[in-house]
This record gives sequence, structure tokens and C-alpha cells, in this order.
Amino acid sequence: MSPNPATIDLARAVERWEPVIGLEVHAQCTTRSKMFCGCRADYAGLAPNTNTCPTCLGLPGALPVANGEAIRMTVLTGLALQSQIPPRSKFDRKNYFYPDLPKGYQISQFDLPLCVGGWLEFEVAGVERAVRITRVHLEEDAGKLVHPAELHRADFSLVDLNRAGVPLMEIVGEPDLRSPQEARAYLVALRQLLLYLGVCDGNMEEGSLRCDANISLRPRGTEALGARTEVKNLNSFRILQRALEQEVLRQAARLEAGETLHPETRGWSEAEATTVAQRSKEEADDYRYFPDPDLPPIVLEPAFVDALRGELPELPRARALRLRQTHGLSAEEARQLTQLPGEADYFERTVSAGAPATLAANWQVNELAGLCQRAHRTVESSGLPPERLAALLHLVDSRAVSAPTAKELLAEAIASGADPADLVEVRGLRQVSDEGALAEAVDRSIAAQPKAARDYQAGNDRALGALVGQVMAATRGRADARIVTRLLQARLPRDPGP
Amino acid sequence: MSWLLRPLAEQAAALRTGQVTSTALVEEALGRIAQLDGALGAFLRVTVDLARRQAAEADRRLAVEGEGAPDLCGIPVAIKDVLCTEGVETTAASRILAGFVPPYTATAVRRLAEAGAVSLGKCNCDEFAMGSSTENSAYQLTRNPHAPDRVPGGSSGGSAAAVAAGLAPAALGTDTGGSIRQPAALCGVVGFKPTYGRVSRYGLIAFASSLDQVGPFTRTGGDAARIYRTIAGPDPRDATCSPRPVEDPMPTLELGLEGLRLGVPAEYVASGLEPGVQRVFEAACQRLVAAGAQLEPVSLPSTRYALAAYYVIAPAEASSNLARMDGLRFGPGRPGAVTLREQLEGARHLGFGPEVRRRIMLGTYALSRGYYDAYYRRAQQVRTLVAQDFHRAFAGVDAIIAPTSPTVAFRLGERLSDPLAMYQSDVLTVPFSLAGVPAASVPAGLADGLPVGLQVAAPAFADAHCLRVARGVERALGVAEPPDLARRAAP
Repeated sequence: MSPNPATIDLARAVERWEPVIGLEVHAQCTTRSKMFCGCRADYAGLAPNTNTCPTCLGLPGALPVANGEAIRMTVLTGLALQSQIPPRSKFDRKNYFYPDLPKGYQISQFDLPLCVGGWLEFEVAGVERAVRITRVHLEEDAGKLVHPAELHRADFSLVDLNRAGVPLMEIVGEPDLRSPQEARAYLVALRQLLLYLGVCDGNMEEGSLRCDANISLRPRGTEALGARTEVKNLNSFRILQRALEQEVLRQAARLEAGETLHPETRGWSEAEATTVAQRSKEEADDYRYFPDPDLPPIVLEPAFVDALRGELPELPRARALRLRQTHGLSAEEARQLTQLPGEADYFERTVSAGAPATLAANWQVNELAGLCQRAHRTVESSGLPPERLAALLHLVDSRAVSAPTAKELLAEAIASGADPADLVEVRGLRQVSDEGALAEAVDRSIAAQPKAARDYQAGNDRALGALVGQVMAATRGRADARIVTRLLQARLPRDPGP
Repeated sequence: MSWLLRPLAEQAAALRTGQVTSTALVEEALGRIAQLDGALGAFLRVTVDLARRQAAEADRRLAVEGEGAPDLCGIPVAIKDVLCTEGVETTAASRILAGFVPPYTATAVRRLAEAGAVSLGKCNCDEFAMGSSTENSAYQLTRNPHAPDRVPGGSSGGSAAAVAAGLAPAALGTDTGGSIRQPAALCGVVGFKPTYGRVSRYGLIAFASSLDQVGPFTRTGGDAARIYRTIAGPDPRDATCSPRPVEDPMPTLELGLEGLRLGVPAEYVASGLEPGVQRVFEAACQRLVAAGAQLEPVSLPSTRYALAAYYVIAPAEASSNLARMDGLRFGPGRPGAVTLREQLEGARHLGFGPEVRRRIMLGTYALSRGYYDAYYRRAQQVRTLVAQDFHRAFAGVDAIIAPTSPTVAFRLGERLSDPLAMYQSDVLTVPFSLAGVPAASVPAGLADGLPVGLQVAAPAFADAHCLRVARGVERALGVAEPPDLARRAAP
């Protein structure tokens, strides 16, 4: 009997055992058509088996023709990962039988992938890390199996080939990761990079970005690698980290019980909150790879690769650094604003429309982001063009609108699509900063709350809040709270302290 | 003489002058099929209604377009059953595809149809084009029109027999290691395998993708040229199909042999030919010289390994190509299967014949881990050497000639139990396939009353030149108009 893994504390386990983790990431390309036929690559919402043709159904006699755009996207990804792009590449057949694989083989790449080597830099808890990239290759996705048995006790499974043939990049990382947390940070950074390149929509929930992990443990201070487990289908950041943590605990418990681990394939079980064995890897698969005779070798001219290198957008880390240097943002603000390329674009457009950079960063990160998230939208689809945010922030900056008013208007703008600066004018919400106009309201507030006034004068700072509040209420929030405070303080002098 | 036995040019002219209609040609063909094919077995399926509709349409088109109509408009043709035809069952002569009605048409067939040619039906062949006698068809035997107890050759035996018996003036076949040229030789008709990549393979049910090529069977070299130029050319649906424009073979077709240097491979004449084949070939050579050709010995030293390399490469590709035959989306499958494994294994066990199973096993073995380098990679290296042999040889000659088959048509059943003897039928055709060059087989004469073919090959993409030489050979040998074999084949 092995001890219950849950009883072993993760921190203790990693004190003794060093996890060695490598990720294989599959990313569906955002091409218009599938990898080898003209069917749509975006199959979302289509009735089963309607997004198919003789080629992706694997009908006899149908032939594949490679999608040049998918090759372009893969090479672009390789360039962003500092990979070498060999001048010659080819497609190979990976032969195995499965009902979701209509041809009985998957067109993939074996020994001459499009991209070789490279690395990805990222940060974990403020520490710089890098993972070496083994290779990036291009292949076709399989279809999906639907198992009605799980729902209806049916004795059959259904095949949906809408997804069959969608271009899939496989990004293989070296086992350079040393903790589940690092693995998560790497996947976050890789997803961010793919979104910046516009080559994948990064949707892990719907499977357009999928992750498998290899993990083994070794005693700290040693070099030799232990027997590794391949954990399949880790399709969210949270599951990736949790599954790897469970795997560390499970393997550590086994090793500490004196067991010898064998290579195996496991999957994440949400119900059991742990990994479960899928199959032993002892009988090695033989996929009988050979060059696909239906597809001529891919020749990538240096001019093509150079042109693509010129098309590389500014990547997340470079952009964050530039935002800090150009706009004086904090590291955290820059990090937040560069999570998605659209967010950084939005910020820069707000600034170029005249908003002060620190104010724009602050409002986008602390106000707008939350509003958009609640509305299930992105800043780009928020309905608030950056120019309108800039106009609102200009009013805030010039103290023409109070911050609480501006926040309310922002929420309304997201909800209704209105222009917040227009609302300020239409509703007469400009902030009242004229001391003369506010003096009367201040006097009335003191008269109405004599106890608060006395308490304040007696040294209770909090009593001032009630007095300010009444002024704000009387002016329907338009009073400049700082001026009101100053006026109240002037009217209610305190005895000089002892 | 039947219009069907005359050259396509004469049929085309008669269709334009109104001497004959497409409907009349097609009715005559359907009549001959009804009369003769019961004994011959060339057709798996005769699409009578479709043929009549297409003939009526061709007649309308000829009336409207007249001289402007494509030269094949109204001409009946037969199609090997490995080429997909929309709405018409296509089985590759295999049980595993019984009932498979493709939702699309092969490019070569579509181009014939667009030119107005009329499809008579689907011709028998060896199952998945694997064989040299058409005896591997899961459905029926095809007999040689010259001798009903003998094979028509294969794998395109049905197409060859249909043309030889005058059931159709032209037919499409496919050639992987000789499957057009060998049956053409054995049936005494012209067969042409174009350069690999010259005719689209889209819709051709693959046997060995790096070797398969579609080509015509006809009664004359000129007819072959007409079919070839209609089906050849770039196709965006086949990535291995060359984007080069097609050179029209017609302007140079009748230039003859005068002054041409024809290479005769020493290795091919030296060994293994039946004496009758040897005699016909030598006599033919003398007449080619008399027609102005210069014969020169050439050496193709690597070709002795070609057959072995072919029987690694072709089964390897086939083992993968046939993996899609799993009974899940088409074909009869495995009725009553409960598990996935039962379904896959049952469908394939019931569906594939013994030769197909043998080649799948050979190919699977050759690609297996630990054997890949010794077999598949090695075979590809041999293929490169074979191609280099041809490249060197073509530097000194205009074309290469050789016998097409080492024997005349053998008896039905004679080689069925001996696969290696059957594989030897391809020994003279396979090297040209590995090299990817265009090669035709032209009737060279008779040995003991049975046809002998002469092979003509040219450098890659010199298809027009190859057809010109084939036509020149045909004229020099004086067998351009074969007799009405149908009379002999009739019961």
C-alpha cells in the first residue's frame, strides 16, 4: 500500500524532490480554411459533420493540398520563439487507427519540422525564466468523438468530423520547467505570444489551445531524470497547475515508499481532483512515419522567411518595457496592460487621444477592465472607443468631473454605449469647484449637523465625512470633495493641540 | 467497319458532318457490350441511362458548337473503376467499397466529361489496382479478347479488354508499375502512362501515391494523344500535379522516326524474355531502322533492383493509403460488430482480398520501426539510382524502346498461386514508373497469335515527344488498325 498522496505536503515534497516538467502545446491556427482542404477552420456552432468535404472525410481518392497561410503562421510563431527555420521541411504520415481520424493516418511532421530550437522568456513571481523550445511543427487536428453513453447509457459513440483537418501547431518545449507554478507561467506567456501573433485565439475552454505535460521527479541535487508521466488534456491554467501538483505529490509518495516508477500516460480527472492512469507506455507505439507522397516537400526561400521576420509585431515583453519607459508606468501596470495585444493598443490609443498616461493606465486597469469582464467583453468590444475614454479622463484630470461621477459614467457607457463626456454636458454633471457656490451648501451642512461639527472640532476626524457627504448629496455629487473639505476645515477651526 | 473501331479523328469528323451521332455511337457501344461483355467481363457497371443522357447532350452541343466543339465531344469512353464518378458506384474492384457512391468526380474523368465525351461505365481491374492479370478483382474475371482462356493483363485489364474488343474506342486506366502498359501489350492496344505529375490524381483511389498515374487506352497512338491532352494539366486539387502548361502533342505527332536515336537497354533484352516476345521485338527493331531510326544500346544498370524496390515502396504507401477503408464511413463494414476493434478488423478482413492483404502486410512491415531504414529508405535510394540511370541514358538518345512484358498473355489461374511469378510481369515496366518518365506501349506484332507490346519512353515531361515516337513506331510497324477482335471474342 502506498501512502495517500494527499497526506504529503507539496512544500515538503519539493524540498526533497525536484520536478522536471516539459509542455507540449497544441494551438489551432486562426486560418480561414482547414489545413488540407477548403472547409472552414472555425467550426464553432456548426451542426455535426456539416463542415466536411471528401478530403477531410478521408474519402477514397480525395487529396490534401497544404494551406500556405497555416505554414506562414507556424513560421511566424517559430520566428517569435527565436527558432531556426530550415529551408526544407516536409509532411509525414503518422499511421494509426481511430474513428476520429478518417484517413487512418494524421498528416504531421516527423523529422523535418518547420521550426527547430528557440526559447521563450517569461516571468514567474518577478523572476526571469526561459524555456528552450525543441520544435514547432504543423499538423492536422482530428475529429471529435461524442460518447452518448456518458449521458444516456447508449452502447455507441458518435463521430463529428467538423474539426478534422483544422491546422494545429505543436509547440514542444524542453523539460526546463521546475515547478507547477512555472509551468503555468510558461503556458500563460506562450498563449500571450500566440495572441500577439494573431495565429491562435487561445481559447482553452473550447480546445483551440491544448496542453499535455511530461513530469518526472528526481532527488534535489541530482541530474539523472526519473521515469516520466505524460499528463494529457490539461485544458486550463488552473488544471495544468493542479494536475502537476497532484502528480508531484503522487510521484513523491511512490518514490518515498520505495517504489520504482514506470513511464505512463495519465489524464486529469476533475471529479477526483487528481490524475488517473490512462494506459501504460510499455508497449511503445509504432506510428510508421513516412513522408506523405501526396504533398511535395516545403521549400522556404530565405526571402520569404526574412519578409515574415519583418512582419513580426512588437512582442509582449518588448511592449511592456516600452510602455514603462515611454509612459512611466509601473512594472505591474505595464504587465497588466500587455496581457492581450488589444489592451495595449487600447491604452496607447487613449494616450494618443490626449489622456495622461498614468491616469489612462490606472483607469483602464482598475476600472475599465473590471467593467468589461463583468460584461463579458474586451476593451476593444466594450463599445467605448479609446477617444471617448480620453475625453472623460481629460475632464477628470482638469477636475471638471469628480472621480465617482466619472466611474458611474464609465459603467453607464459600457452598459449603453453612450459617450460619457456627452453625458456630463447633457446632465450638467460638471464638478462644482467654485468656492462661492459651495460656501452656502457648506454652511447648511454645518447647521444641519451641529453634533458632527462639534465632534470634528473636538478632534474626531471621521466626523468630517458626514459633513462632506451632506454637501455632496446637496450638489448631487458634483461638488469637488477636496474643496468642500478645505472649506469645512476653514469654518471649523480646531483648538491648537497641546 | 464499325465506327467504334475507327480512329477518334474519323469519328470526330463524322460527328461534325452528321454522318453519325453520338447517340448512334453510344447505342452501338451499348449493343456490343450487351452482346460481348457477358463472356468478356470488361465492365463492372454499364451506366446505360447516364451514357444516353450524355450522348444526347453531346449531340446538342455538336449541333450548337459544330467545329468549335472539343474533339472528344460525343465519343464514348470507359473508365477504370478506381476513378471516382459522382453518383456512380466506384469500388476499385474491392468488396470493401461495395456500394460506395462518391460525391465527386475524379479530375481526369471530369475533364473528359467537360470535353463532351460519354462515359459508358466502369471497368474491371485488380482490386485497388494491385495485380497484373485482373484476376484479383473481387467481382469477376476479365478475359483476353484474343484468347478467352488467357488474362488481359492488369491491373487495368477491363479497360484494355474493352478497347481491344471494340466495346469502347478509348478507356481510362491507371498505371502504378505497369498497369496500363502491360495490359495494353497483352491485349494488343495502345496504352500510355504520362509523366508522373502530368495528370491529376484527384479522385483516383490511391494504390501508391508516388507512382499512380492516369492514362489512356486506345487503338492508335493518335487517339492516345487526343485523350492525353484532354486529361493532362495542372489541378489545384492535387499538390503533386505539375503546374507546367501541357505541350499539345498533336502538331508533332506525325513527324515520324527519321533521324531519331532510340536507345535499347541491354539489360532488358538480355534476360528473361519469352522467345516469341524476343523474336517480335527484334523484328520490330529492324523495321524501326528501316523507318529511319537509329538504334543504340543504352545501359540502365540499376534497373535489376527496380522490381525489388518497387515492391517495397508501393506496398508501403498502399498500407497507409488503404487505412481509410475502415468500414465506418463507407463500404459494408462489419455487420454485427460490437466493439471498435471488431468493426475495424472485421470490415478489413471481410473487405480485402488476399493480394491486397499481402501487400498491406508487406508495406506495414517495411515501414515498421527498426525496419524502415533497411527497407523503405533503401528502396527510395534505389529509386533515385534508377532515375539517374534514365537521366544519363536520355542524354544520349531521343527515346528508349523495350519490350513491354517479358511474356504474352498467360493463362487464367496460371500465376495466381505464385505471387513472385506474377510480380515478374512488371519487370520491364516498373523501372519507368520509378523514374516517373512517360512511357507508352504500342502493339508490335503477334507471337503464336498473341499480341506483343513495344514500350516507348521519353524524358520526364516530354510526353508529346513520347507520343510522337509511339505514333512513329506504330506507323513503322504497320499495326495501326487492329482487326475487329470482337468477332473473335464473340462466343
